[in-house]
Amino acid sequence: MPDTITLQVARYRPDTDAAPTMQEYVVPLRQEWAVLDGLNYIKDQLDGTLSFRWSCRMGICGSCGMTVDGDPALTCGTFLADYAPGPVRVEPLANFPVIRDLVVGIDDFMRKLPKVKPWLVREDEPGVADVEFLQTPPQLDEYQQYSMCINCMLCYAACPVYAIEPDFLGPAAIALAQRYNLDSRDQGAHQRMDVLATAEGVWACTYVGECTSACPKGVDPAGAIQRYKLTAATRTLRSFLPRGER
Amino acid sequence: MSELARESSMQRPHEAPTQRAVPAQVRPYRPRVSRFWWLRRRSYLLFVLRELSSVFVAWFVVYLLLLVDAVYQGPDPYRRFLEWSGRPWVLVLNMVALAFVLLHAITWFNLAPKAMVLRMQGRRVPARLVAAAHFAAWGVASGVVAWIVLGGL
Repeated sequence: MPDTITLQVARYRPDTDAAPTMQEYVVPLRQEWAVLDGLNYIKDQLDGTLSFRWSCRMGICGSCGMTVDGDPALTCGTFLADYAPGPVRVEPLANFPVIRDLVVGIDDFMRKLPKVKPWLVREDEPGVADVEFLQTPPQLDEYQQYSMCINCMLCYAACPVYAIEPDFLGPAAIALAQRYNLDSRDQGAHQRMDVLATAEGVWACTYVGECTSACPKGVDPAGAIQRYKLTAATRTLRSFLPRGER
Repeated sequence: MSELARESSMQRPHEAPTQRAVPAQVRPYRPRVSRFWWLRRRSYLLFVLRELSSVFVAWFVVYLLLLVDAVYQGPDPYRRFLEWSGRPWVLVLNMVALAFVLLHAITWFNLAPKAMVLRMQGRRVPARLVAAAHFAAWGVASGVVAWIVLGGL
């Protein structure tokens, strides 16, 4: 294994640049170094002007998502040794406006996420302060994989539908809606339906499946969306039945 | 994204508060989607081909309606329809359409386990079994149609 590896990093300085340019940095290549370690080495030792987001370094916070050699990835979990001898191209997440260098604007996602009410909705209780909502392991199993979402937005970067139709609610928001819809303690499924069963909701998805491939946490947003399509279609068909048979 | 997430370019604590209050010029770069984005990945290409397949599904519906109409019109129009169907360009069109319809059907049935989460005796039915059941039903339906068309009835 060589001692160093070249990182080709996208730079965009909004005050001077009309479009991003690539800049090369040579960083040490160590077995245990992730791409994020390489970026931090650049930041600390080579070029303090480089901007990027990061926080936990352990695949939990969802902050360090970038495009590594064309694929959306968490840079804390993507190892430089896997790209040896390099070079490795590091660009901002696709399908988002670039604020600076590797930092993208996430306002769109932050606006969409609360629309699906990603919290437990209860209609029969005034509050949850002194109430226990018991749940069996099979009930937990129903939604648990969707609860692994860390809002890293790699699925949005992988989704060509979102690139073409920016109004699309998107994979993570729908997967998180399903996380609560399938939770036995939740009663808000019909409230979420107004947002999910729309042209900008699940029906915008044409099942490319790349969101599921890109997810670093094993969530299956594509599955969540297809499953909800069946739910929405069944509910619509049932609405034509006489009231007693729905 | 975590509230703790930080941008590595953020102001250092020792910097003057007045400096921090001045927002940087915000002029985000919005990358344009290439017209050939669907060539970037195999999965994107397959997706676009599957979308395109709906045109050929529609063609088969039109072709079936033309056939029904020819049968309804009588022996001569039916013979003319068969002669027209035997022309090379119609044959080629129908072969291409068949390939696309197969792509459409196979990807559709592979999708079924994603949409249908079935439970039997408390256990989730494996995805492969759900897909296999769909393919089996497809095979049986095709067999019945073939039996009728080939003179079984």
